[in-house]
Amino acid sequence: MPVIQIPTALRSFTERKSEITVAGATVGEAIAKLAEAYPDIKQHLYQGAELRSFINVFVGETNIKKMQALDTPVKDDDTIMLVPAIAGGIQG
Amino acid sequence: MIRLSAECEALVRREGERAFPNECCGVLLGPLLDGDGRQVEAVLPIENNREAEEQYHRFRIEAEDLMRAEKEARKQNREVLGFYHSHPDHPARPSEYDREFALPFYSYIILGVEGGRAAELTSWRLTEDRSVFNKEELLCR
Repeated sequence: MPVIQIPTALRSFTERKSEITVAGATVGEAIAKLAEAYPDIKQHLYQGAELRSFINVFVGETNIKKMQALDTPVKDDDTIMLVPAIAGGIQG
Repeated sequence: MIRLSAECEALVRREGERAFPNECCGVLLGPLLDGDGRQVEAVLPIENNREAEEQYHRFRIEAEDLMRAEKEARKQNREVLGFYHSHPDHPARPSEYDREFALPFYSYIILGVEGGRAAELTSWRLTEDRSVFNKEELLCR
């Protein structure tokens, strides 16, 4: 089954686990399984039915935006990584 | 509380001066300490991905860069503890813009750079409800 790597900022919702093995044939299914197993993480990943815009998802080293987004198929030995968007700066 | 080694502090200050009048940014790596502490053992400077004309007041870390930093942290058996960035000719305090784009848990180290010289260094953490940044004790040694 594919493994989802959890960024440090979200590990408080996964009992501090950095990797979670989930079922799922697509990225979308795998992330949905993660949210099912750890319901508190759901609000940080989804806005309604959509994945939040500041969450990027990689399969291996490829952003799923360059593949089939949440419909991207995953194999048992694939690693899915959740990566938050980071930005900021002074006012003005 | 967050501890920053002397080498890491020097690197952040150098990066802030190098990027001036633009903002620099990067990733803080190290272990979580007992309680609520963190120890920054390594700093990864990251190229500011904002458009060139926006970099004087904005920074963005590209998802691909952060993905590689996450992989590097795992390889080193370290955590991504947070991020640093500079405020050119502005105080080392988070802006509303910083707050809008920040995430709880991470430490946000801010370097004020005044006229090209590195100045005050502070660290901040966003509350869980995302409403406010609290100043975090920063120990440089």
